[in-house]
Amino acid sequence: MPLSLRAGPSAGTTTGQPPSHDPAWLGRLFWTTAALVLLWPLMVATEFRPWILLAPDSLRSGGSFLASFFPPALGAEFLAMVARETWRTVAMATAGITLALVLALPLTLLTTRALSVSALSGRMARGPFWLRQALKWLLIVLRSIPELVWALVFVRVVGLGPTAGVLAIALTYGGMLGKVYGEILESGETAPTEALLRNGSSRLQAFGYALLPQNAAELASYTVYRWECAIRSSVVLGFVGAGGLGQQLDSAMKMFNGGEVVTMLAVFVALVALADRCSAGLRRALG
Amino acid sequence: MASTAHAHAAAARWSAPGGGQRPPRPRAGGRKTTAFLLGLALLVVASFATLDLQWAQFLSLDALRSMGRFLAEFFPPDLSPAFLRKVLAGTLETLAMSVLGTLLAACAGLLLAVPASARPDAGDPVASTLVRHALRSAVRWAFNMLRAVPELVWAALLLVSAGLGPMAGTLALALHTTGVLGRLFAEALENAPAGPAQALRAQGVGGLRLLCYATLPQVLPQLMSYALYRWENNIRAAAVLGVVGAGGLGQLLAFHMGLFHMGKTATVLLAMLALVALVDGVSYAARRLMTR
Repeated sequence: MPLSLRAGPSAGTTTGQPPSHDPAWLGRLFWTTAALVLLWPLMVATEFRPWILLAPDSLRSGGSFLASFFPPALGAEFLAMVARETWRTVAMATAGITLALVLALPLTLLTTRALSVSALSGRMARGPFWLRQALKWLLIVLRSIPELVWALVFVRVVGLGPTAGVLAIALTYGGMLGKVYGEILESGETAPTEALLRNGSSRLQAFGYALLPQNAAELASYTVYRWECAIRSSVVLGFVGAGGLGQQLDSAMKMFNGGEVVTMLAVFVALVALADRCSAGLRRALG
Repeated sequence: MASTAHAHAAAARWSAPGGGQRPPRPRAGGRKTTAFLLGLALLVVASFATLDLQWAQFLSLDALRSMGRFLAEFFPPDLSPAFLRKVLAGTLETLAMSVLGTLLAACAGLLLAVPASARPDAGDPVASTLVRHALRSAVRWAFNMLRAVPELVWAALLLVSAGLGPMAGTLALALHTTGVLGRLFAEALENAPAGPAQALRAQGVGGLRLLCYATLPQVLPQLMSYALYRWENNIRAAAVLGVVGAGGLGQLLAFHMGLFHMGKTATVLLAMLALVALVDGVSYAARRLMTR
């Protein structure tokens, strides 16, 4: 180890001895200890006892479940069912995103500050201001309730099946799209929009000829990304009875049918990877 | 709000380098665009056509009335002290699950991100270069697998060996988040400026100390902000994981909704909303503090 090099410019003199240990070790030790002390209540609260996983009982049940993964179920009838349910999952996500778009677009148009005529002359008038605030709160409520909870509620109202899943995705993703669309529209250059509005164009014209063309690529890109997320969550929604791959996965798990579970997990991972690839390609094409 | 927008935009753009900044290119609506739009329309129409959506039933007067009745039952929320204590315990459990899950994932993600970001040096022998390449692809593949399976599915799988309760939920969060954070961490480590590391290497320092004293200090704020962003997501996830029996508020929700205790369900829902709002606020403030 070239110690003389490490001493830098004072190499050769005897005064520039580098410290042989980390000068900040006391502080690091203190923070590590503090973190460990804080960790303890967390582990108690979550009943976190990883050694349970290694207890003979759970090893046995986990092991036999894992062992039942092989061979994967590959019967023709089963595969046809998986293909049908996979399509239903994709269809649920697509229909949900379409409805979310229908919900988000008008809300975005109404909440975007850049499209306010009264804000052109400084402060926004009181009426439009409160309308915008109220709609923003509506968007917050829509997306704060997880889609799984929406689905639980809708399963009670419309019964088991894809309707509940589509509605759940539409509401949650409507809220998310509305919020992010608003942020995208307001973060960009608003001078062209303002110019159009000042010269007497209507708000829709200003949107169509200035705000939308400027941000179209980013808006479309975000929508595609959300579609990809919706495919993931439509599988999860199946666990509460909204149909699709998730519901079959749930029932296979409940029957400890490992072969079917592993096939469906593989199909699901492939589906997510495919959606990922599609969405990345589309977003690259959008530039 | 702006920082959330950045996080979203970063997430949306991570595979489209430099996207979104340039003004859109003027493009002739060529055959390709038309074909794409037609395909899109076909996908949407096929989706609506093949799902047996019961709009008629959902929008019928009868269904609307039952929906109204259902919503009316949410009021008044059950605010008796005994139940509030239970909800508070559930909320704390959810919070603890998300914190511990995110912490575990951050540690595991960082450990795994090191081999996933290791670029072989030019002077390395062939064998070690090959090993590094293999390790790198293997870890990246593992990240993708962990990430592809949602938390809820991990929880359902883990219930078999971890049993019902918050531990399964915590582990499920940790597994999924390890995949997400590991990938982000590896990218951050890879993109860290190489100067300080080279300076230390020239002085004869190597291995772990190079990581600890050169690379890590540079990217630590970024890693922390990724972890905070995921924590925000994990709170939401932890709140619903209980639906499959993995503890927290979700378990209370599924239990009381299953028994049609609508007042109690409403209280749990309110607690969920409050928790998510609180975490959003704290995380927003923390991120602003760090980027200031």
